[in-house]
Amino acid sequence: MSVLVIAEHDNHQLKAATLKTIAAARKISSDIHVLVAGHQCGAVAEAAAKAAGVTKVRVADGEALAHQLAENMGTLIAGIAKEYEAVLAPATTAGKNYLPRAAALCDMAMVSDIVAVESADTFVRPIYAGNVLATVKSSDAVKFVTVRTTAFDADDSNSGSAAIEAVAAVADSGKSRFISAEMAKYDRPELTAARVVVSGGRALASADNFKSVLTPLADKLGAALGASRAAVDAGYAPNDYQVGQTGKVVAPDIYFAIGISGAIQHLAGMSSSKVIVAINKDEEAPIFQVADYGIVGDLFTIVPELEKAL
Amino acid sequence: MKVLVAVKRVVDYNVKVRVKTDGSDVDIANVKMSMNPFDEIAVEEAVRLKEAGKASEIVVVSLGVTQCQETIRTALAMGADRGVLVETDATLQPLAVAKLLKAVIDKEQPQLVILGKQAIDDDANQTGQMLAALTGFPQGTFASKVDVAGNELTVTREIDGGLETLQISLPAVITTDLRLNEPRFIKLPNIMAAKKKPIETLTPAALNVDVTPRLTVVKVAEPAARAAGKKVASVAELVEKLRTEAKVL
Ligand SMILES: Cc1cc2nc3c(=O)[nH]c(=O)nc-3n(C[C@H](O)[C@H](O)[C@H](O)COP(=O)(O)OP(=O)(O)OC[C@H]3O[C@@H](n4cnc5c(N)ncnc54)[C@H](O)[C@@H]3O)c2cc1C
Ligand SMILES: Cc1cc2nc3c(=O)[nH]c(=O)nc-3n(C[C@H](O)[C@H](O)[C@H](O)COP(=O)(O)OP(=O)(O)OC[C@H]3O[C@@H](n4cnc5c(N)ncnc54)[C@H](O)[C@@H]3O)c2cc1C
Repeated sequence: MSVLVIAEHDNHQLKAATLKTIAAARKISSDIHVLVAGHQCGAVAEAAAKAAGVTKVRVADGEALAHQLAENMGTLIAGIAKEYEAVLAPATTAGKNYLPRAAALCDMAMVSDIVAVESADTFVRPIYAGNVLATVKSSDAVKFVTVRTTAFDADDSNSGSAAIEAVAAVADSGKSRFISAEMAKYDRPELTAARVVVSGGRALASADNFKSVLTPLADKLGAALGASRAAVDAGYAPNDYQVGQTGKVVAPDIYFAIGISGAIQHLAGMSSSKVIVAINKDEEAPIFQVADYGIVGDLFTIVPELEKAL
Repeated sequence: MKVLVAVKRVVDYNVKVRVKTDGSDVDIANVKMSMNPFDEIAVEEAVRLKEAGKASEIVVVSLGVTQCQETIRTALAMGADRGVLVETDATLQPLAVAKLLKAVIDKEQPQLVILGKQAIDDDANQTGQMLAALTGFPQGTFASKVDVAGNELTVTREIDGGLETLQISLPAVITTDLRLNEPRFIKLPNIMAAKKKPIETLTPAALNVDVTPRLTVVKVAEPAARAAGKKVASVAELVEKLRTEAKVL
C-alpha cells in the first residue's frame, strides 16, 4: 500500500523538511504520494513532483488552506488518510499542529518525532529529553507519524516525475482565522539545516552582546545562530533560536556551544551534532562531557580570537 | 467563563531517568515526580485570567494514579478552584487522554481548555490537538500570548521562523509554550487553603472511555553515549584540530 507525505511549504517553495520526510516514507513503501495543501501553490506541487521516489502529487488548493490552519488541515487529511497505510509529516511546528488533529479525527494514535523506521509499523523515537530511545509498534490501520528531519538524509537528485492531480479543498471551519505572522528575515542558513551552528547561552548577558560577539563568527563560518532557553527567555535571542528538548533539534557538522552549561534539555537538541565545540569559563560545566573539543576561558576574549584565526 | 486545565504528573525535569535492565521500560520507581512544567504555565495562565476578571472558575483535571492528587493540590495552591482526578493504573496514551478529557469536558462544559504543549516525559506533543479534534473546538497551540475578548481569543503562537497570530472562537483549546508566562511561587498559606478545596474522583469506566493502548513499546534503550573529548589550550590549537583531526573546517 502507499504512504502519504504532507508537504511543508509556504505556497511558493517546497521546504527541505519534505524531502527528509519522503526519505523516511521510502523506508515503509515504494509508492509515495505527497499532499500539497495550500493556496496558489502550483509551484510547490511541481517541485514535489520532481522529488525522488514520489509517485503521485495531490494538490488541495483553496483559500481555507492558505495558512494551513489546523482545523482545515485536520479535516482535509482525515478525509483521505484511510486510503493509505501511513501518513507522515515533518515534526515541524506545522506538522505537530495539524497531524495529531487528523489522527484523532480518524480515531487513531500518532507516533511523534521518529528517528528511525524499523518496519512498516515499528518506529524508534526519543523520550525523556533524548535520554531514552523507545521502539514503538502501532496496531492502528493507518500509522500517523511525525518525522525528526535531522535523522533522515534527503535525496535531492530531483529524479522524480510524478503525476499531479487535484483533490477537493475543504471548506473553512469558521472557527479560526489567520491574523498575522511576524517572520524573522535571516540572511543565514536555516537552523535545522545548517552545516555549522553557533549557539549562545545566558553568559552572553545581553541582546547586544549576543549580536556583536556571535554574529562575526557565524558570518565567517556561514553558520546559523542558535541559543539556549536561558538566552531566549532573557530576550537575548528570538524564540525560534532555541535549541533543545522543547525547541529545535539540530545535527550540524560543527556545533559551537558558547557560554552554555549543557543542561540535559539543551543536549537533547544538539547531541547528534558531528563535532561539538564548547567554550565555557567553568571547567566543570557539563557541556564538556559531550564536547569533542573544549576551551576553558572567557568567551568575550576567545570568540573574537577564534573569528580572527579562521 | 469557566476554564479547564489538564495537569500531568511527570518525572521531575532534573531527574535523569534510567532504563530497566531488561529494556522493557524506564525505571521510575522512587524518583522525584512533579507537575509537568508546561502545565504549571497552563495553570498560571488560567489564574491570571481569573485575576483579570475574565475567568469565573478554574477546574484542574489529572489522569492517572492516586498520587496525581498531589499534582492537583499544587494547581489548587496556585489558585485553581477545584480538581477532578480520573483515577487509573493503566498506561494512558495521548488519544486515550484526549478521550477522557473530552468526557470530563462534556460534563463540565468549560469555554476554554488549557494544556501544556508537551509532557516532558513522553514528549508526545499531541494531546491538546487530539482533544480539539474530538470536541470540534479550534486550537491555539504553542501559545506565547493569549487575549480573551468576548467570544473570541487572540493567540500568538511560537512557530518555526517566528510568530503567528490567530483569532479563534470559544470554546477553544490552548496549549502553552515556555514564553506564555512565568508561574508563581506557591505561598504556604495557599498550600493550607488548597487542602480544603474539593477533588472529585472518577474512573475511565464511569466515563465510558476505552483506554486500550494502540501503541506498544517493543523496547527502550539508552542512546549511545557521546564520549567526552579533549580540552585544548588555545584558539590556535582548536582551529588546527578542527582542520586536521576532525576535518570539519
Ligand atoms: C520544561 C523545560 C524545558 C526546557 N527546554 C529547554 C530547551 O529546549 N533548550 C534549552 O537550552 N534549555 C531548556 N531548558 C532549560 C535548561 O534546563 C537550562 O536552564 C538552560 O539550558 C540553561 O541555559 P544556559 O546554559 O545558557 O545557562 P546557564 O546554565 O546559566 O549556563 C551559562 C554558562 O555560561 C558559562 N559562562 C558564564 N560566563 C561566561 C564567560 N564570560 N565566558 C564563558 N562562559 C561563561 C557558565 O560557566 C555556565 O556554564 C528547559 C527547562 C525546562 C524546565
Ligand atoms: C518508556 C515508556 C513506555 C511507555 N509505554 C507505554 C505503553 O506500553 N502503553 C501505553 O499506553 N503507554 C505507554 N507509555 C505512556 C504514554 O505513552 C504517555 O504517557 C502518553 O503517550 C502521554 O503522552 P504525553 O504526556 O507526552 O502527551 P502530550 O501530548 O505531550 O501531553 C500534552 C499535555 O496533555 C495533558 N496531559 C497529558 N497526559 C495527561 C494526564 N495523564 N493527565 C492530565 N493531563 C494530561 C497535559 O496538559 C500535557 O501538558 C509509555 C511511556 C514511556 C515513557
